Formats: sequence, C-alpha cells, structure tokens
Amino acid sequence: MFLNDEQKAMMDGKCGRGAAYAMEIQFALGEAFDAPDMVPITRAHVALSNQEADLWFAEKLLAGGAHCRIAPTVNPGFCLSLFSEHCAHPVEEKFAALMRRTHNAYRQLGAVLSYNCTPYMGSNVPHFGEICAFSESSATPYVNAVWGARSNREGANSALCAAITGFVPRYGLLLDENRTGDIHVHVEADMKTPYEYHLLGMMGKKIGEGIPVFTGLPRIIPPEALRNLGAQLNTSGAYGMYHIVGFTPEAPSLTAALGGKPARHEVVITNQDLKDILEEISDPGGRKIDFAMFGCPHFSLDEVKYIAEKLSGQSLAVPMYILVSSTTVEMAGRMGLLEILTAAGAELLPDTCPDQPCWHFLAGKEGVTESPKCAYYPQRRGIHFVIRDLDSCIEAALKGEVN
Amino acid sequence: MGKRFACHRISKGQAQARAVVSGDKLCFYQVEPESGIVMERAHTLEGKKISKSVLIFPGGKGSSVVQADGLYQLNMHGNMPSAMIIQYPEPVLVSSAIIMEIPMVDRVEAAFYDTVRSGDLILVNADEGYLELFPELAPSV
Repeated sequence: MFLNDEQKAMMDGKCGRGAAYAMEIQFALGEAFDAPDMVPITRAHVALSNQEADLWFAEKLLAGGAHCRIAPTVNPGFCLSLFSEHCAHPVEEKFAALMRRTHNAYRQLGAVLSYNCTPYMGSNVPHFGEICAFSESSATPYVNAVWGARSNREGANSALCAAITGFVPRYGLLLDENRTGDIHVHVEADMKTPYEYHLLGMMGKKIGEGIPVFTGLPRIIPPEALRNLGAQLNTSGAYGMYHIVGFTPEAPSLTAALGGKPARHEVVITNQDLKDILEEISDPGGRKIDFAMFGCPHFSLDEVKYIAEKLSGQSLAVPMYILVSSTTVEMAGRMGLLEILTAAGAELLPDTCPDQPCWHFLAGKEGVTESPKCAYYPQRRGIHFVIRDLDSCIEAALKGEVN
Repeated sequence: MGKRFACHRISKGQAQARAVVSGDKLCFYQVEPESGIVMERAHTLEGKKISKSVLIFPGGKGSSVVQADGLYQLNMHGNMPSAMIIQYPEPVLVSSAIIMEIPMVDRVEAAFYDTVRSGDLILVNADEGYLELFPELAPSV
C-alpha cells in the first residue's frame, strides 16, 4: 500500500508512538485487503465497549501520546452516576473503576463522549458519499445503505486508529464496484412495525455472505426499522451494506442495486421464516417475567413517546429499563414524558448498553425485549429474554407475564 | 513432509497446531475465556475447544467489538487460537487478529478444504504465504 509523505512520517513516529502504532495497524489492514493507498476521513464513530480489551487498547494509544484528529462519537458503556453506591443495585467497585478509566482514556484521546450507539440518527450524520470510519453493528450499514456515505465495517479498534491518523485504507465499501448488491432478498413477510425488521435482520444464515438487496418492503420505512435491520444483520452475520430498492439512495432500481448483473442468489423471506427464527432465538413464552428492557440499539425519542403514551396513568408490574441517549433523556424531561414514565415505574437510562456489568442484579432473571441483539449478548451474564413485539412487551411488563 | 498449499497473508506470523474446522462463522465473544469452549447454541463447534488450535472457519460475525474483546479474554487465559484460516475477511475480525498478533491467512486453494479434517496437524506460515498439512498424523484425543 502506498503511503504519502504525511502518512509515512506518521508511521515513522514523527507524530508520536501512539499515532505510529495506529498507522501500523491500518497499514496491515490495508495490505490484507490489497488497498492501493489511504484516504482522509471526515467522521468517525468508535464502538467503545468498556471491556478490558477496549481499555487496554485505548490506554496503549494514549500512553504513546495519541490524540484524535477526527473526534469520534462513541458507544455507551454504563452511566456511572445511575449505578453508583447510592443506588439500589450499585455496580462492583472494580467495574466502576473500569468505567471511570475508560471515560478518562477516551476523554484524553479527544473523543466526543456521546455514549450513544445510534449516532446516525442524530449526533453524527454523514452526507452522501462522505468517507468515514464507523464501527458499531447498527451504524456501519446505516451510514452506507441509508445515508450513502462510505465506511468499511470497522472494528471498534480500527475506527479508533482511523480517528487518530485521520486516514483509512481505500478498499472494500469505499470503492464503487464493491457497493453493489449480489443477493436478492424477496421479502414476502408482513413488515408492520420496526420489530419485524429485527427478525428480518436475524436471517443472516439464510441470506448468506454478500450484500443483500431487499425488495417487497413497504414504501415508508421509519428510521427505527432501519436501525433494527442493521443491528441484527450484524448479530446474525457481518454486513456493512445493503440496498432497499426504491428506497435507499444507491438503489433507484433493482438493476442499479445489483450493478447491472444478475443476483448471485435469490432468497425468499416469509412470515414462517420470521416465526421460525423467533422460536430459535427466544426463550419460550407463557411465563412470568422479572423485567422489560428496550433500547438495543438505543431507543429514539419517538419510541419513548410511544411507550409513555401507552403507560400514561398505569402502573408496571415489573421494572422497565429504556436505554437512550442523554439528549433523549433531556428532551423527554422537557416534554413531560419522563414524569409519565417515572410515575408508571419505568426508568429512562442514558449512556448505557445492555451488555455491561451494571446489570449484574438481573443475572438469573427472565426479561422481555423486542430486540434479538439485546437477548443475544447478555446470555453470557446469565440474563435471559423472551423476545416479542414492542406492544406485547409493554403488555407483559404491565401484567408481569408474557404470552 | 506435509502437503503444501498457497495462501494469502492477513496477519503476520507462523504457528503449528491441530486444526479445528468450523462450517459456521464465529463470534469469539461466545467462547468461554476460562475453557476455550464455544458456547453458542446451535453452532457447529458448540461444546468444542478452540484453544491453541489452527482455527479454520468461514469468517467472523457479530458486532464491532466482540472479536477483540473475545480474543483478548481468551488470551488472558491462554486459550487463544494459535492461527486462523478464513475465507471471508472483514475488517472487524482482521483488525482484531492484527492487534492480538495472531497469524491469519485467507485465499487457500479449494483442494485444502477437501482434505483438511479437525485434528490434522497444520503449519501456518503467514509471512511466506503457505500452509503445510500433515494429515497422516492421527489426532491425539
């Protein structure tokens, strides 16, 4: 891979050891994918995870004097003040310390401490064709497919390297020829709410390796549905890009979406497929539940408003945790939604991810959620879920049991 | 003398170990760090150990942090794979292999996949771009 003088100087340590390390990693990545050279980025999003590997890597860069040239937005860890020693279920000190160190490391690296996994719906929205480095499963497909920006499916670590060097190797989804679809997915299932897009995204095994081109979807698709589709495509598989014919900007027609070539294979997704996948990934229903959790990825203000309207004047049988950005909490407060939710017994939490040690007190418990991703990762922590559509989950939280 | 196959370097280094072959994509977050055993329900490798193996699988799956976090934890317990052979490279897995300094290759001739079985001894030389397969040695189980 060719490096220009500025990039070479960085690799040689002229901008410090940290930047040199970031450049070395990106150089190896570029060589692995036969990239001809590197190009500047103007945006980045880092899937901060507040795991030991995340902290180890961030601190290693920081120790080498690294600083972000492009300030990236970051994913949530957990909200320290909500899980500190004054709370009902304080997090163990070693985990609080981990979150503090992660916070300090990213702050010193110069990141935007947004702690939100849906930057593409608010705080970090690229324009058409903009070259950027986005990690986070729901984010990469959203910026590529929906906004028409250009990002590879960066890892949290490679996105941080890109934020530091300000460059990415030019390969994969940065190139025209790699952005066209090759799998035609005929959706025959009824796509009524964003929930069905969660299940559609979980069809990775059936869809297979490549770039899916969806047909048969409704004419109007809300951002929450697109967020869910991307999140689950990268739970069941690895997808940086997709097309929706007649909807996403690089898919004015099926022919255009497929780059004028015939599809490599065709897949049909029916209601039965969605029913089957749900059976595979969800715990069986017909049981009592201990809590409800929403916001993987983070719920939007519209969704918060929807839940508040449903819960108005009612009282929940079990706790409900709704994970959102700090901006959404602020807006919900201004709009009076927070009051309604609190009165019903629901909690609106900023900066927090379901896959964090702050949820230790839910180990061994059974929850409901509408998100397969929310059910998938916390299994490691002994937290299990029944997956249902949002209305059924709200109903379950009001009754304390799920059908 | 083993049978040689050409391949393409993704992450530098060399290692020799027993093969573990998976038909499914893998998410290292779903491997138990303390044992190196794959926990994921309905996975081809469910219940199998991948520690210090030459892991042969189609590629990675899962969100953008799970490979680095998973491999890091496996490494802390001495259960990281010694090398990886994949078919579909994508940046999340590739950058994690580079950072964790695990030799990784792709673009292996199709004949390799017809021959290789779990338990075979394999030398992965990512630096010089070849694999050497010693199938005559019976698996040591």
